[in-house]
Amino acid sequence: MPKTIRGPVFVVDDNIDTDQIIPAEYLTLVPSNPEEYEKLGSYALIGLPDRYGKFVEPGQTKTKYPIVIAGENFGCGSSREHAPIALGASGVEAVVAQSYARIFFRNCAATGELYPWECETRIYPEFNTGDIATIDFDQNLLINETTGKTYPLRPLGEIRPVIEAGGLFAYARQTGMIPNRA
Amino acid sequence: MGMTLTEKILARASGRSHVVPGENIWVNADLLMTHDVCGPGTIGVFKREFGADAKVWDPEKVVLIPDHYIFTSDARANRNLDILREFAKEQGIKYFYDITDLTNFKANPDYKGVCHIALAQEGHTRPGEVLFGTDSHTCNAGAFGEFATGIGNTDAAFVMGTGKLLLKVPATMRFTFVGEMPPYLLAKDLILQVIGDIGVAGATYRALEIDGETITAMTMEERMTLCNMAIEAGGKNGIIPPDETTFAYVRERTDKPFDPLYPDKDASYYCHKIYDVSKLEPLVAKPHSPDNRATVREVEGTPIDRVYIGSCTGGKTEDFIHAAQLLKGQKVKVPTYLVPATQKVYDDLFTQKIDGMTLAEIFTAAGCIEPAAPSCAACLGGPKDTFGRMNQAEVCVSTTNRNFPGRMGSKEAQIYLASPFTAAASAITGKITDPREFF
Ligand code: SF4
Repeated sequence: MPKTIRGPVFVVDDNIDTDQIIPAEYLTLVPSNPEEYEKLGSYALIGLPDRYGKFVEPGQTKTKYPIVIAGENFGCGSSREHAPIALGASGVEAVVAQSYARIFFRNCAATGELYPWECETRIYPEFNTGDIATIDFDQNLLINETTGKTYPLRPLGEIRPVIEAGGLFAYARQTGMIPNRA
Repeated sequence: MGMTLTEKILARASGRSHVVPGENIWVNADLLMTHDVCGPGTIGVFKREFGADAKVWDPEKVVLIPDHYIFTSDARANRNLDILREFAKEQGIKYFYDITDLTNFKANPDYKGVCHIALAQEGHTRPGEVLFGTDSHTCNAGAFGEFATGIGNTDAAFVMGTGKLLLKVPATMRFTFVGEMPPYLLAKDLILQVIGDIGVAGATYRALEIDGETITAMTMEERMTLCNMAIEAGGKNGIIPPDETTFAYVRERTDKPFDPLYPDKDASYYCHKIYDVSKLEPLVAKPHSPDNRATVREVEGTPIDRVYIGSCTGGKTEDFIHAAQLLKGQKVKVPTYLVPATQKVYDDLFTQKIDGMTLAEIFTAAGCIEPAAPSCAACLGGPKDTFGRMNQAEVCVSTTNRNFPGRMGSKEAQIYLASPFTAAASAITGKITDPREFF
């Protein structure tokens, strides 16, 4: 089975920083605690200006958008791992952005929470929240099924196996970098 | 081919004679710092992955600094402090700067305050070393000629257990400052200049090496302001080659030996920009991005609702001295919040004097709000009862480092980032004001 992710997209623009992904007042939630992990998901992207609409409906813990489409420098700002975790916990499987802030990108791989795909061009103006899209992992393609347009993606490269394994620790064990747990 | 300072440190820390940008290497850490916001999560991952009885790789190399959410009644924030406390005890962590009496921070001799400044003041920042911290402004310590960068909880848990981390060697962008600093300019203006030029993503995946005669003449605290905001350009780290000023500061605070490194003359840089500081002007970053630069003159007269002087960027002793130089004999027109970064800075407010008056006396006479207990406070918004938090759609001139929507609380608030001089000048007039008015 070729690997794909398909579903409605949520569209944001450039420089979405970690305070918009998960505002500081929710940072007392500890992501490694399963109950608080769920809660973090329910607050994902709650710091966005209201014009974007609701990413997670009030009273829900999950979003209906498995894919986020963004512009440049997604995830800039703080090093908080709460950011990719909140997105992952809310049900996001992939972000497609023009570029990422370094620590956010790294945290996506370390936690294995979601795939940070990069696209070559400025695509977010060509998407509307709610459009149905498919990410094709083998062809490195993003398809907007609502408009019928197709966009090439940069190959994930060395982080794909890390995220597939479930993050840094799982990958390090799989590849023998650290010993398996007894 | 020679190496940049970042490359040299990473080569040594990975046991190699040479590294080039783009290489993935295992780097040995000299220190791991974490705080109350990311510490509990890091500890959680550490235990999940290494086992409930696991031991940290070196209890003298893990530094725990509660600083973010301290003076709050928020139950979870207090629970998080308990998690750090228990972990410190169980692991025999040597450097844990605890606070137990929240009603009076002065009753806690161990409590320091904002982690990046506490690290420096306690002698944990040393030339040539590798520092990882679960906070993006860990790059602050690059001022000491070390490689210092922010990482997430999972990476930090990995370092906690193994003492190493897989890193990609960043390419280095070089920024050279020449000329004598005009009296009305501060390091904050220089770094806002750089961020405005290259943008908030201008240094993504790269190191910023900062040097030049202007930097050589700078104090350590001003150098920290420069490296602190490397992350606001997206940088992996900021770094300044160490010199006698660096060594004097470090030796005064620690007996630990260190082995400085310097960039090679024939190092290869991604780019090299040279600034003549005599041509630069006081700057602000307008809402809502640190690269949204304007000269103060361009926005002069914009009415403001408050001024905030604090954080790891703008809440050090010298930042308060600079503000006090302008506030002396003046009255502020808007509420002016003062948040010393650390307990040491707080104490300095009551001992350091200008013309016979302590800084605290100058601030009181000017009508500022009484200095708060040292912590991150409203720099990152925080729980609703946080001191100085922006709870409404107000306009603030702040010496902090970020002004994205909602950073200091309300999404509707507007934050202008500025130097302590510009912040003080604006407090006096109640409008954004060029500090040259007071020189
Ligand atoms: S003072 Fe602000 S920027 Fe510095 S560590 Fe605290 S929250 Fe972060």
